[in-house]
Amino acid sequence: MPILTVNKLTKSFGGLMAVSNVSMELKKGELVGLIGPNGAGKTTVFNLLTGIYQPTSGTVTLHRDKKEEQLQGLKPYTICKKGIARTFQNIRLFKDLTVLDNVRIAMNKNVKYGLFSTFFHTRSYSDEEKEMLDKCMQLLKILKLDHKKDELAKNLPYGEQRHLEILRALATNPCILLLDEPAAGMNPAETAQLTEMIGWIRENFDLTILLIEHDMSLVMKICERIYVLDYGMVIAEGTPSEIKSNKRVIEAYLGEEMGNA
Amino acid sequence: MDKLIKNTGINKLIALIVTFVIVQVLISTNIINDYIFSTLVTICINIILAASLNLITGFTGQFSLGHAGFMSIGAYTCAIITLRYSTVWGFVGGLVAGAVFAAMVGFLVGLPTLRLKGDYLAIATLGMAEIIKILFRNVLDDLTNGAAGLRGIPQFINWAWLFLFTAGSVLLISNFINSSHGRACISIREDEIASEAMGVNSTKYKVTAFVTGAFFAGIAGAIYASYFYYLKPDYFAFKKSIDILVIVVLGGMGSISGSVIAAILLALISTYLQAFPELNMVINGALFVIIMIFRPQGIMGSKELSLSLIKKWTGQFGRKNGGAA
Ligand SMILES: Nc1ncnc2c1ncn2[C@@H]1O[C@H](COP(=O)(O)OP(=O)(O)OP(=O)(O)O)[C@@H](O)[C@H]1O
Ligand SMILES: [Mg+2]
Repeated sequence: MPILTVNKLTKSFGGLMAVSNVSMELKKGELVGLIGPNGAGKTTVFNLLTGIYQPTSGTVTLHRDKKEEQLQGLKPYTICKKGIARTFQNIRLFKDLTVLDNVRIAMNKNVKYGLFSTFFHTRSYSDEEKEMLDKCMQLLKILKLDHKKDELAKNLPYGEQRHLEILRALATNPCILLLDEPAAGMNPAETAQLTEMIGWIRENFDLTILLIEHDMSLVMKICERIYVLDYGMVIAEGTPSEIKSNKRVIEAYLGEEMGNA
Repeated sequence: MDKLIKNTGINKLIALIVTFVIVQVLISTNIINDYIFSTLVTICINIILAASLNLITGFTGQFSLGHAGFMSIGAYTCAIITLRYSTVWGFVGGLVAGAVFAAMVGFLVGLPTLRLKGDYLAIATLGMAEIIKILFRNVLDDLTNGAAGLRGIPQFINWAWLFLFTAGSVLLISNFINSSHGRACISIREDEIASEAMGVNSTKYKVTAFVTGAFFAGIAGAIYASYFYYLKPDYFAFKKSIDILVIVVLGGMGSISGSVIAAILLALISTYLQAFPELNMVINGALFVIIMIFRPQGIMGSKELSLSLIKKWTGQFGRKNGGAA
Protein backbone atom coordinates (compact mmCIF):
# COMPACT_ATOMS: atom_id res chain seq x y z
CA MET A 1 0.00 0.00 0.00
CA PRO A 2 1.65 3.28 -1.06
CA ILE A 3 1.78 6.14 1.41
CA LEU A 4 3.58 8.63 -0.84
CA THR A 5 3.65 8.79 -4.63
CA VAL A 6 5.99 11.13 -6.43
CA ASN A 7 5.19 11.59 -10.09
CA LYS A 8 7.56 13.18 -12.63
CA LEU A 9 8.84 15.72 -10.14
CA THR A 10 11.01 18.38 -11.80
CA LYS A 11 12.87 21.39 -10.47
CA SER A 12 15.08 23.69 -12.48
CA PHE A 13 17.16 26.54 -11.13
CA GLY A 14 17.55 28.83 -14.12
CA GLY A 15 19.04 26.54 -16.72
CA LEU A 16 20.13 23.85 -14.23
CA MET A 17 17.85 20.81 -13.94
CA ALA A 18 18.49 19.90 -10.29
CA VAL A 19 15.71 17.30 -10.33
CA SER A 20 14.17 16.01 -13.51
CA ASN A 21 11.23 13.66 -13.94
CA VAL A 22 11.75 11.88 -10.66
CA SER A 23 9.06 9.32 -9.90
CA MET A 24 9.11 7.25 -6.75
CA GLU A 25 6.79 5.47 -4.38
CA LEU A 26 7.03 4.83 -0.65
CA LYS A 27 5.02 1.96 0.81
CA LYS A 28 3.71 2.21 4.33
CA GLY A 29 6.32 1.14 6.86
CA GLU A 30 9.18 0.94 4.37
CA LEU A 31 12.69 2.19 4.93
CA VAL A 32 13.92 3.48 1.58
CA GLY A 33 17.34 4.87 0.69
CA LEU A 34 18.01 7.77 -1.66
CA ILE A 35 21.61 7.80 -2.84
CA GLY A 36 23.68 9.41 -5.55
CA PRO A 37 26.92 11.33 -6.09
CA ASN A 38 27.41 14.86 -4.76
CA GLY A 39 25.12 17.37 -6.42
CA ALA A 40 22.82 14.63 -7.77
CA GLY A 41 19.73 16.44 -6.46
CA LYS A 42 18.90 14.41 -3.34
CA THR A 43 18.50 17.34 -0.95
CA THR A 44 16.52 19.18 -3.61
CA VAL A 45 14.07 16.25 -3.68
CA PHE A 46 13.62 16.64 0.09
CA ASN A 47 13.11 20.37 -0.29
CA LEU A 48 10.44 19.70 -2.91
CA LEU A 49 8.69 17.07 -0.78
CA THR A 50 8.60 19.40 2.23
CA GLY A 51 7.48 22.52 0.36
CA ILE A 52 10.68 24.52 0.87
CA TYR A 53 10.96 24.65 -2.93
CA GLN A 54 8.00 24.64 -5.29
CA PRO A 55 8.37 22.10 -8.11
CA THR A 56 8.65 23.34 -11.68
CA SER A 57 6.33 20.46 -12.59
CA GLY A 58 5.18 17.09 -11.27
CA THR A 59 3.04 15.95 -8.37
CA VAL A 60 3.44 14.60 -4.86
CA THR A 61 0.53 12.61 -3.47
CA LEU A 62 0.06 11.57 0.14
CA HIS A 63 -2.21 8.60 0.83
CA ARG A 64 -3.38 8.80 4.38
CA ASP A 65 -6.56 7.68 6.12
CA LYS A 66 -7.91 6.41 2.79
CA LYS A 67 -7.64 9.90 1.33
CA GLU A 68 -5.40 11.20 -1.42
CA GLU A 69 -3.91 14.63 -0.98
CA GLN A 70 -1.80 16.64 -3.41
CA LEU A 71 1.15 18.19 -1.60
CA GLN A 72 2.84 20.18 -4.38
CA GLY A 73 2.37 23.92 -3.93
CA LEU A 74 1.62 23.66 -0.20
CA LYS A 75 3.59 25.57 2.43
CA PRO A 76 6.16 23.70 4.56
CA TYR A 77 4.13 24.02 7.76
CA THR A 78 1.03 22.60 6.07
CA ILE A 79 3.00 19.64 4.76
CA CYS A 80 4.41 19.11 8.24
CA LYS A 81 0.89 19.13 9.67
CA LYS A 82 -0.11 16.48 7.14
CA GLY A 83 2.58 14.19 8.55
CA ILE A 84 5.91 14.66 6.77
CA ALA A 85 8.84 15.62 8.99
CA ARG A 86 12.51 15.99 8.16
CA THR A 87 16.03 16.65 9.32
CA PHE A 88 18.55 18.83 7.52
CA GLN A 89 21.90 17.96 5.96
CA ASN A 90 23.56 20.90 7.75
CA ILE A 91 21.95 20.59 11.15
CA ARG A 92 19.35 23.34 11.59
CA LEU A 93 18.55 23.20 15.26
CA PHE A 94 17.39 26.29 17.13
CA LYS A 95 20.94 26.69 18.40
CA ASP A 96 20.43 29.27 21.11
CA LEU A 97 17.39 27.56 22.59
CA THR A 98 17.36 24.72 25.08
CA VAL A 99 17.07 21.07 24.13
CA LEU A 100 13.59 21.05 25.65
CA ASP A 101 12.42 24.10 23.68
CA ASN A 102 13.71 22.61 20.44
CA VAL A 103 11.38 19.66 20.96
CA ARG A 104 8.50 21.70 22.35
CA ILE A 105 8.44 24.01 19.33
CA ALA A 106 7.83 21.00 17.13
CA MET A 107 4.67 20.32 19.15
CA ASN A 108 3.28 23.82 18.62
CA LYS A 109 1.04 22.70 15.77
CA ASN A 110 -1.02 20.55 18.15
CA VAL A 111 -1.60 23.28 20.71
CA LYS A 112 -5.27 24.04 21.18
CA TYR A 113 -5.26 26.88 23.69
CA GLY A 114 -5.87 30.27 22.11
CA LEU A 115 -4.62 33.79 22.57
CA PHE A 116 -6.75 34.49 25.64
CA SER A 117 -5.28 31.51 27.49
CA THR A 118 -1.86 32.58 26.29
CA PHE A 119 -2.12 36.07 27.76
CA PHE A 120 -3.83 35.09 30.99
CA HIS A 121 -2.26 31.66 31.55
CA THR A 122 -5.60 29.99 32.21
CA ARG A 123 -6.20 26.39 33.29
CA SER A 124 -6.22 25.11 29.71
CA TYR A 125 -2.82 26.75 29.26
CA SER A 126 -1.26 25.03 32.26
CA ASP A 127 -2.93 21.68 31.54
CA GLU A 128 -1.75 21.60 27.95
CA GLU A 129 1.72 22.90 28.79
CA LYS A 130 2.11 20.17 31.38
CA GLU A 131 0.94 17.49 28.97
CA MET A 132 3.36 18.82 26.35
CA LEU A 133 6.23 18.81 28.84
CA ASP A 134 5.51 15.19 29.78
CA LYS A 135 5.48 14.13 26.13
CA CYS A 136 8.75 15.95 25.47
CA MET A 137 10.41 14.32 28.44
CA GLN A 138 9.28 10.89 27.23
CA LEU A 139 10.79 11.59 23.83
CA LEU A 140 14.02 12.93 25.31
CA LYS A 141 14.36 9.84 27.50
CA ILE A 142 14.40 7.60 24.44
CA LEU A 143 17.70 9.09 23.31
CA LYS A 144 18.92 9.73 26.84
CA LEU A 145 18.80 13.47 26.37
CA ASP A 146 16.39 14.07 29.26
CA HIS A 147 19.09 15.09 31.73
CA LYS A 148 20.29 17.69 29.20
CA LYS A 149 16.93 19.32 28.67
CA ASP A 150 18.09 22.73 29.90
CA GLU A 151 21.30 22.85 27.88
CA LEU A 152 21.49 25.01 24.80
CA ALA A 153 21.34 22.97 21.61
CA LYS A 154 24.59 24.48 20.34
CA ASN A 155 26.45 23.16 23.40
CA LEU A 156 25.60 19.51 22.70
CA PRO A 157 28.27 17.31 21.15
CA TYR A 158 27.85 16.90 17.40
CA GLY A 159 26.37 13.39 17.53
CA GLU A 160 23.76 14.43 20.06
CA GLN A 161 22.82 17.41 17.92
CA ARG A 162 22.00 14.98 15.11
CA HIS A 163 19.97 12.90 17.54
CA LEU A 164 18.13 15.95 18.81
CA GLU A 165 17.22 16.94 15.28
CA ILE A 166 15.67 13.52 14.72
CA LEU A 167 13.79 13.83 18.02
CA ARG A 168 12.53 17.25 17.03
CA ALA A 169 11.19 15.80 13.79
CA LEU A 170 9.53 12.95 15.72
CA ALA A 171 7.87 15.47 18.01
CA THR A 172 5.78 16.69 15.07
CA ASN A 173 4.18 13.22 15.13
CA PRO A 174 4.89 12.34 11.50
CA CYS A 175 3.89 9.32 9.41
CA ILE A 176 6.80 9.88 7.03
CA LEU A 177 10.28 10.84 8.17
CA LEU A 178 12.89 12.24 5.77
CA LEU A 179 16.49 12.00 7.03
CA ASP A 180 19.16 13.95 5.13
CA GLU A 181 22.56 12.34 5.79
CA PRO A 182 22.00 11.59 9.46
CA ALA A 183 25.38 9.83 9.78
CA ALA A 184 27.42 12.63 8.19
CA GLY A 185 30.42 13.46 10.36
CA MET A 186 29.93 10.50 12.69
CA ASN A 187 32.55 7.89 13.55
CA PRO A 188 31.88 4.16 12.92
CA ALA A 189 30.72 3.50 16.48
CA GLU A 190 28.31 6.44 16.38
CA THR A 191 27.08 5.35 12.96
CA ALA A 192 26.37 1.84 14.24
CA GLN A 193 24.41 3.27 17.14
CA LEU A 194 22.48 5.56 14.78
CA THR A 195 21.67 2.63 12.47
CA GLU A 196 20.16 0.74 15.36
CA MET A 197 18.22 3.79 16.48
CA ILE A 198 16.70 4.41 13.05
CA GLY A 199 15.42 0.84 12.96
CA TRP A 200 14.03 1.22 16.45
CA ILE A 201 12.13 4.44 15.84
CA ARG A 202 10.67 3.06 12.63
CA GLU A 203 9.15 0.14 14.58
CA ASN A 204 8.05 2.11 17.59
CA PHE A 205 6.72 5.20 15.87
CA ASP A 206 5.04 3.37 13.02
CA LEU A 207 7.02 5.34 10.46
CA THR A 208 7.86 5.25 6.80
CA ILE A 209 11.41 6.52 6.34
CA LEU A 210 13.23 7.96 3.33
CA LEU A 211 16.93 8.28 3.98
CA ILE A 212 19.68 10.13 2.14
CA GLU A 213 23.08 8.78 3.06
CA HIS A 214 26.59 8.61 1.70
CA ASP A 215 27.66 5.90 4.15
CA MET A 216 27.02 2.83 1.99
CA SER A 217 27.42 0.35 4.83
CA LEU A 218 24.53 2.01 6.63
CA VAL A 219 22.34 2.23 3.54
CA MET A 220 22.94 -1.35 2.44
CA LYS A 221 22.32 -2.64 5.94
CA ILE A 222 19.00 -1.05 6.80
CA CYS A 223 17.27 0.00 3.56
CA GLU A 224 14.78 -2.36 2.00
CA ARG A 225 14.79 -0.50 -1.29
CA ILE A 226 17.03 2.12 -2.81
CA TYR A 227 16.60 4.84 -5.41
CA VAL A 228 19.74 6.10 -7.11
CA LEU A 229 19.85 9.68 -8.43
CA ASP A 230 22.40 11.06 -10.86
CA TYR A 231 22.21 14.48 -12.51
CA GLY A 232 18.70 14.87 -11.13
CA MET A 233 17.36 11.67 -12.68
CA VAL A 234 16.50 8.30 -11.16
CA ILE A 235 19.00 5.93 -12.78
CA ALA A 236 18.18 2.82 -10.76
CA GLU A 237 15.74 1.42 -8.23
CA GLY A 238 15.86 -1.88 -6.38
CA THR A 239 16.97 -3.89 -3.37
CA PRO A 240 20.46 -3.28 -1.97
CA SER A 241 21.89 -6.32 -3.72
CA GLU A 242 20.33 -5.31 -7.06
CA ILE A 243 21.74 -1.83 -6.70
CA LYS A 244 25.21 -3.07 -5.82
CA SER A 245 25.43 -5.00 -9.08
CA ASN A 246 23.68 -2.42 -11.28
CA LYS A 247 25.93 -1.32 -14.11
CA ARG A 248 24.68 2.26 -14.40
CA VAL A 249 25.06 2.76 -10.69
CA ILE A 250 28.63 1.51 -10.73
CA GLU A 251 29.38 3.88 -13.61
CA ALA A 252 27.86 6.84 -11.79
CA TYR A 253 29.90 6.04 -8.75
CA LEU A 254 33.05 5.26 -10.76
CA GLY A 255 36.01 5.94 -8.58
CA GLU A 256 33.94 5.96 -5.41
CA GLU A 257 33.71 3.27 -2.78
CA MET A 258 30.60 1.50 -4.14
CA GLY A 259 32.24 -1.87 -4.66
CA ASN A 260 33.55 -2.45 -1.20
CA ALA A 261 30.37 -1.52 0.61
CA MET B 1 15.88 29.82 49.09
CA ASP B 2 14.89 26.95 46.80
CA LYS B 3 11.38 27.09 48.15
CA LEU B 4 11.34 30.79 47.37
CA ILE B 5 12.30 30.16 43.77
CA LYS B 6 9.48 27.67 43.34
CA ASN B 7 6.75 30.10 44.35
CA THR B 8 7.68 32.62 41.67
CA GLY B 9 4.06 33.46 40.90
CA ILE B 10 3.31 34.48 44.47
CA ASN B 11 6.69 36.20 44.80
CA LYS B 12 5.98 38.32 41.75
CA LEU B 13 2.59 39.32 43.11
CA ILE B 14 4.09 40.29 46.47
CA ALA B 15 6.88 42.26 44.77
CA LEU B 16 4.32 44.10 42.65
CA ILE B 17 2.09 44.99 45.61
CA VAL B 18 5.07 46.15 47.67
CA THR B 19 6.33 48.34 44.82
CA PHE B 20 2.92 49.85 44.33
CA VAL B 21 2.40 50.61 48.01
CA ILE B 22 5.89 52.06 48.54
CA VAL B 23 5.59 54.43 45.60
CA GLN B 24 2.06 55.39 46.63
CA VAL B 25 3.29 56.24 50.12
CA LEU B 26 6.19 58.27 48.71
CA ILE B 27 3.73 60.20 46.53
CA SER B 28 1.33 60.85 49.40
CA THR B 29 4.17 62.16 51.56
CA ASN B 30 5.35 64.28 48.62
CA ILE B 31 8.81 62.72 48.60
CA ILE B 32 8.00 61.87 44.99
CA ASN B 33 7.03 65.34 43.80
CA ASP B 34 5.44 66.27 40.47
CA TYR B 35 8.81 66.49 38.81
CA ILE B 36 9.94 63.02 39.86
CA PHE B 37 6.51 61.67 39.02
CA SER B 38 6.77 62.90 35.45
CA THR B 39 10.06 61.00 35.16
CA LEU B 40 8.27 57.95 36.51
CA VAL B 41 5.60 58.34 33.82
CA THR B 42 8.28 58.54 31.13
CA ILE B 43 9.95 55.42 32.52
CA CYS B 44 6.69 53.48 32.51
CA ILE B 45 5.80 54.57 28.98
CA ASN B 46 9.26 53.57 27.81
CA ILE B 47 8.98 50.20 29.55
CA ILE B 48 5.75 49.42 27.70
CA LEU B 49 7.17 50.65 24.39
CA ALA B 50 10.41 48.70 24.75
CA ALA B 51 8.76 45.49 25.95
CA SER B 52 6.30 45.58 23.06
CA LEU B 53 8.98 46.33 20.46
CA ASN B 54 11.11 43.59 21.99
CA LEU B 55 8.32 41.13 21.26
CA ILE B 56 8.49 42.09 17.57
CA THR B 57 12.22 42.66 17.10
CA GLY B 58 13.95 40.85 19.97
CA PHE B 59 11.82 37.72 20.22
CA THR B 60 10.33 37.28 16.76
CA GLY B 61 13.33 38.76 14.94
CA GLN B 62 11.37 41.22 12.77
CA PHE B 63 13.29 44.48 12.49
CA SER B 64 10.73 47.27 12.90
CA LEU B 65 11.49 50.98 12.80
CA GLY B 66 7.91 52.16 13.03
CA HIS B 67 6.98 51.72 16.66
CA ALA B 68 6.42 55.44 17.22
CA GLY B 69 3.70 55.23 14.55
CA PHE B 70 1.66 52.77 16.62
CA MET B 71 2.27 54.85 19.71
CA SER B 72 0.90 57.94 17.96
CA ILE B 73 -2.29 56.13 16.96
CA GLY B 74 -2.94 55.23 20.60
CA ALA B 75 -2.10 58.76 21.71
CA TYR B 76 -4.33 60.58 19.21
CA THR B 77 -7.24 58.18 19.59
CA CYS B 78 -7.23 58.48 23.37
CA ALA B 79 -6.76 62.26 23.22
CA ILE B 80 -9.60 62.83 20.76
CA ILE B 81 -11.96 60.64 22.78
CA THR B 82 -11.10 62.13 26.18
CA LEU B 83 -11.42 65.64 24.79
CA ARG B 84 -15.06 64.76 23.93
CA TYR B 85 -15.85 62.61 26.97
CA SER B 86 -13.86 64.03 29.79
CA THR B 87 -14.54 61.32 32.36
CA VAL B 88 -12.53 58.38 33.69
CA TRP B 89 -14.61 56.11 31.49
CA GLY B 90 -13.85 58.28 28.51
CA PHE B 91 -10.18 57.90 29.32
CA VAL B 92 -10.31 54.12 29.79
CA GLY B 93 -12.46 53.77 26.67
CA GLY B 94 -10.08 56.03 24.75
CA LEU B 95 -7.08 54.01 25.88
CA VAL B 96 -8.65 50.70 24.88
CA ALA B 97 -9.86 52.16 21.57
CA GLY B 98 -6.37 53.54 20.91
CA ALA B 99 -4.76 50.18 21.56
CA VAL B 100 -7.27 48.31 19.42
CA PHE B 101 -6.95 50.85 16.63
CA ALA B 102 -3.14 50.60 16.71
CA ALA B 103 -3.45 46.81 16.59
CA MET B 104 -5.76 47.01 13.57
CA VAL B 105 -3.34 49.25 11.71
CA GLY B 106 -0.59 46.81 12.75
CA PHE B 107 -2.55 44.02 11.12
CA LEU B 108 -3.15 45.93 7.89
CA VAL B 109 0.48 47.00 7.64
CA GLY B 110 1.94 43.71 8.89
CA LEU B 111 0.15 41.39 6.51
CA PRO B 112 1.85 42.67 3.34
CA THR B 113 5.16 43.90 4.84
CA LEU B 114 6.10 40.98 7.09
CA ARG B 115 6.92 38.98 3.96
CA LEU B 116 9.93 41.28 3.66
CA LYS B 117 13.13 40.40 5.45
CA GLY B 118 15.62 42.39 7.49
CA ASP B 119 16.50 45.77 6.04
CA TYR B 120 13.52 45.81 3.69
CA LEU B 121 11.08 45.34 6.53
CA ALA B 122 12.86 48.06 8.51
CA ILE B 123 12.44 50.53 5.63
CA ALA B 124 8.81 49.55 5.07
CA THR B 125 7.91 50.05 8.75
CA LEU B 126 9.80 53.34 8.75
CA GLY B 127 7.71 54.45 5.79
CA MET B 128 4.55 53.39 7.56
CA ALA B 129 5.34 55.52 10.61
CA GLU B 130 6.07 58.53 8.37
CA ILE B 131 2.75 58.09 6.59
CA ILE B 132 0.89 57.91 9.90
CA LYS B 133 2.65 61.09 11.02
CA ILE B 134 1.69 62.91 7.84
CA LEU B 135 -1.90 61.70 8.15
CA PHE B 136 -2.10 63.19 11.63
CA ARG B 137 -0.41 66.40 10.57
CA ASN B 138 -1.88 67.18 7.16
CA VAL B 139 -4.83 64.95 6.32
CA LEU B 140 -6.80 64.44 9.52
CA ASP B 141 -6.18 67.98 10.78
CA ASP B 142 -9.87 68.55 11.53
CA LEU B 143 -9.51 65.97 14.25
CA THR B 144 -5.86 66.46 15.23
CA ASN B 145 -5.39 70.19 14.77
CA GLY B 146 -2.53 69.50 12.38
CA ALA B 147 1.02 70.58 13.10
CA ALA B 148 -0.04 72.85 15.98
CA GLY B 149 -1.17 69.79 17.88
CA LEU B 150 -3.84 69.03 20.45
CA ARG B 151 -3.80 70.95 23.71
CA GLY B 152 -5.58 70.63 27.03
CA ILE B 153 -6.11 66.89 26.95
CA PRO B 154 -7.75 65.98 30.28
CA GLN B 155 -5.22 64.40 32.60
CA PHE B 156 -6.40 61.13 34.12
CA ILE B 157 -3.13 59.30 34.65
CA ASN B 158 -2.29 58.84 38.31
CA TRP B 159 0.02 56.29 39.92
CA ALA B 160 -2.70 53.64 40.19
CA TRP B 161 -3.56 53.73 36.48
CA LEU B 162 0.08 54.02 35.50
CA PHE B 163 1.05 51.03 37.59
CA LEU B 164 -1.91 48.96 36.44
CA PHE B 165 -1.21 49.50 32.74
CA THR B 166 2.56 49.14 32.97
CA ALA B 167 2.61 46.02 35.15
CA GLY B 168 -0.32 44.60 33.19
CA SER B 169 1.36 45.16 29.81
CA VAL B 170 4.66 43.66 30.93
CA LEU B 171 2.89 40.68 32.50
CA LEU B 172 0.76 39.97 29.45
CA ILE B 173 3.72 40.25 27.09
CA SER B 174 5.79 37.91 29.31
CA ASN B 175 2.91 35.47 29.45
CA PHE B 176 2.70 35.47 25.68
CA ILE B 177 6.41 34.76 25.39
CA ASN B 178 6.20 31.93 27.93
CA SER B 179 3.69 30.01 25.89
CA SER B 180 3.72 27.73 22.92
CA HIS B 181 2.82 30.68 20.70
CA GLY B 182 5.69 32.71 22.12
CA ARG B 183 8.11 29.85 21.52
CA ALA B 184 6.87 29.63 17.95
CA CYS B 185 7.76 33.32 17.51
CA ILE B 186 11.22 32.75 18.97
CA SER B 187 11.81 29.80 16.64
CA ILE B 188 11.18 32.10 13.66
CA ARG B 189 13.95 34.38 14.88
CA GLU B 190 16.26 31.39 15.33
CA ASP B 191 15.70 29.72 11.95
CA GLU B 192 12.64 30.46 9.88
CA ILE B 193 13.10 27.54 7.49
CA ALA B 194 13.50 24.97 10.26
CA SER B 195 10.61 26.55 12.10
CA GLU B 196 8.26 26.21 9.10
CA ALA B 197 9.44 22.66 8.50
CA MET B 198 8.45 21.85 12.10
CA GLY B 199 4.90 23.03 11.50
CA VAL B 200 5.09 26.68 12.56
CA ASN B 201 3.04 29.01 10.35
CA SER B 202 5.61 31.80 10.33
CA THR B 203 3.44 34.45 8.66
CA LYS B 204 0.69 33.92 11.24
CA TYR B 205 3.08 34.26 14.15
CA LYS B 206 4.92 37.26 12.73
CA VAL B 207 1.61 39.05 12.27
CA THR B 208 0.49 38.01 15.77
CA ALA B 209 3.67 39.43 17.31
CA PHE B 210 3.39 42.61 15.24
CA VAL B 211 -0.26 43.18 16.12
CA THR B 212 0.35 42.45 19.82
CA GLY B 213 3.33 44.82 19.84
CA ALA B 214 1.27 47.52 18.14
CA PHE B 215 -1.54 47.06 20.67
CA PHE B 216 0.73 47.72 23.63
CA ALA B 217 2.47 50.62 21.86
CA GLY B 218 -1.03 52.06 21.52
CA ILE B 219 -1.51 51.79 25.29
CA ALA B 220 1.80 53.58 25.86
CA GLY B 221 0.70 56.35 23.50
CA ALA B 222 -2.61 56.76 25.32
CA ILE B 223 -0.81 57.09 28.66
CA TYR B 224 1.46 59.69 27.09
CA ALA B 225 -1.48 61.73 25.80
CA SER B 226 -3.36 61.53 29.07
CA TYR B 227 -0.43 62.60 31.21
CA PHE B 228 1.40 65.21 29.15
CA TYR B 229 -1.92 66.73 27.89
CA TYR B 230 -0.27 68.06 24.71
CA LEU B 231 0.28 66.15 21.46
CA LYS B 232 1.96 67.12 18.26
CA PRO B 233 2.73 64.90 15.27
CA ASP B 234 6.45 65.71 15.24
CA TYR B 235 6.96 64.03 18.60
CA PHE B 236 6.29 60.68 16.89
CA ALA B 237 9.00 61.08 14.27
CA PHE B 238 11.74 58.65 13.28
CA LYS B 239 13.84 59.64 16.28
CA LYS B 240 11.19 58.36 18.69
CA SER B 241 11.23 54.91 17.04
CA ILE B 242 15.01 54.88 17.29
CA ASP B 243 14.89 55.85 20.97
CA ILE B 244 12.67 52.83 21.65
CA LEU B 245 14.93 50.55 19.63
CA VAL B 246 17.95 51.77 21.62
CA ILE B 247 16.28 50.74 24.88
CA VAL B 248 15.56 47.29 23.45
CA VAL B 249 19.09 46.75 22.16
CA LEU B 250 20.67 48.13 25.31
CA GLY B 251 18.58 45.95 27.60
CA GLY B 252 18.99 42.87 25.45
CA MET B 253 17.09 41.61 22.41
CA GLY B 254 14.87 38.89 23.77
CA SER B 255 14.82 39.95 27.41
CA ILE B 256 11.78 41.71 28.87
CA SER B 257 13.56 42.37 32.16
CA GLY B 258 16.42 43.83 30.12
CA SER B 259 13.99 46.28 28.50
CA VAL B 260 12.67 47.29 31.92
CA ILE B 261 16.17 47.79 33.34
CA ALA B 262 17.37 49.78 30.32
CA ALA B 263 14.28 52.02 30.34
CA ILE B 264 14.90 52.87 34.00
CA LEU B 265 18.65 53.32 33.54
CA LEU B 266 18.36 55.69 30.58
CA ALA B 267 15.70 57.78 32.30
CA LEU B 268 17.83 58.08 35.44
CA ILE B 269 20.88 59.16 33.47
CA SER B 270 19.03 61.84 31.56
CA THR B 271 17.28 63.07 34.69
CA TYR B 272 20.57 63.49 36.55
CA LEU B 273 22.16 65.22 33.59
CA GLN B 274 19.13 67.38 32.76
CA ALA B 275 21.03 70.57 33.59
CA PHE B 276 23.75 69.73 31.06
CA PRO B 277 22.00 68.72 27.85
CA GLU B 278 25.19 68.50 25.76
CA LEU B 279 26.95 66.37 28.36
CA ASN B 280 23.84 64.21 28.54
CA MET B 281 24.03 63.46 24.83
CA VAL B 282 27.76 62.77 24.95
CA ILE B 283 27.42 60.43 27.92
CA ASN B 284 24.46 58.62 26.34
CA GLY B 285 26.41 58.19 23.12
CA ALA B 286 29.52 56.99 24.94
CA LEU B 287 27.43 54.56 26.97
CA PHE B 288 26.01 52.97 23.81
CA VAL B 289 29.43 52.65 22.22
CA ILE B 290 30.91 51.09 25.35
CA ILE B 291 28.05 48.65 25.85
CA MET B 292 28.02 47.61 22.20
CA ILE B 293 31.79 46.97 22.32
CA PHE B 294 31.93 45.10 25.61
CA ARG B 295 28.46 43.61 25.79
CA PRO B 296 26.95 43.55 22.31
CA GLN B 297 24.11 41.31 23.50
CA GLY B 298 22.93 44.11 25.81
CA ILE B 299 22.66 44.26 29.58
CA MET B 300 20.65 41.06 29.96
CA GLY B 301 21.39 39.27 26.68
CA SER B 302 18.36 37.04 26.15
CA LYS B 303 18.14 36.05 29.82
CA GLU B 304 15.43 37.13 32.22
CA LEU B 305 16.08 38.44 35.69
CA SER B 306 14.95 35.77 38.16
CA LEU B 307 15.70 34.69 41.68
CA SER B 308 17.73 31.71 40.45
CA LEU B 309 19.80 34.00 38.24
CA ILE B 310 20.44 36.39 41.11
CA LYS B 311 21.38 33.38 43.25
CA LYS B 312 23.84 32.28 40.57
CA TRP B 313 25.37 35.76 40.38
CA THR B 314 25.71 36.16 44.12
CA GLY B 315 27.12 32.63 44.26
CA GLN B 316 29.79 33.58 41.73
CA PHE B 317 30.45 36.78 43.58
CA GLY B 318 30.88 34.85 46.84
CA ARG B 319 33.32 32.46 45.23
CA LYS B 320 35.36 35.29 43.72
CA ASN B 321 35.70 36.74 47.18
CA GLY B 322 36.89 33.46 48.59
CA GLY B 323 33.61 32.74 50.37
CA ALA B 324 32.31 29.17 50.31
CA ALA B 325 29.13 29.05 48.24
N1 LIG C 1 18.65 27.08 -4.29
C1 LIG C 1 19.41 26.66 -5.32
N2 LIG C 1 19.72 27.51 -6.32
C2 LIG C 1 20.48 27.10 -7.36
N3 LIG C 1 20.98 25.87 -7.49
C3 LIG C 1 20.70 24.97 -6.51
C4 LIG C 1 19.92 25.32 -5.38
N4 LIG C 1 19.82 24.23 -4.59
C5 LIG C 1 20.50 23.26 -5.18
N5 LIG C 1 21.04 23.69 -6.35
C6 LIG C 1 21.84 22.88 -7.27
O1 LIG C 1 21.12 21.71 -7.55
C7 LIG C 1 22.00 20.61 -7.65
C8 LIG C 1 21.57 19.53 -6.71
O2 LIG C 1 21.86 19.93 -5.39
P1 LIG C 1 21.49 19.07 -4.12
O3 LIG C 1 21.85 19.86 -2.93
O4 LIG C 1 20.09 18.60 -4.21
O5 LIG C 1 22.48 17.83 -4.26
P2 LIG C 1 22.69 16.60 -3.28
O6 LIG C 1 22.40 15.38 -4.05
O7 LIG C 1 21.95 16.79 -2.03
O8 LIG C 1 24.25 16.70 -3.03
P3 LIG C 1 25.11 16.40 -1.72
O9 LIG C 1 25.34 14.92 -1.69
O10 LIG C 1 26.38 17.14 -1.95
O11 LIG C 1 24.36 16.88 -0.55
C9 LIG C 1 23.40 21.14 -7.39
O12 LIG C 1 24.04 21.36 -8.62
C10 LIG C 1 23.15 22.43 -6.67
O13 LIG C 1 24.18 23.34 -6.90
MG1 LIG D 1 22.43 17.09 -0.06
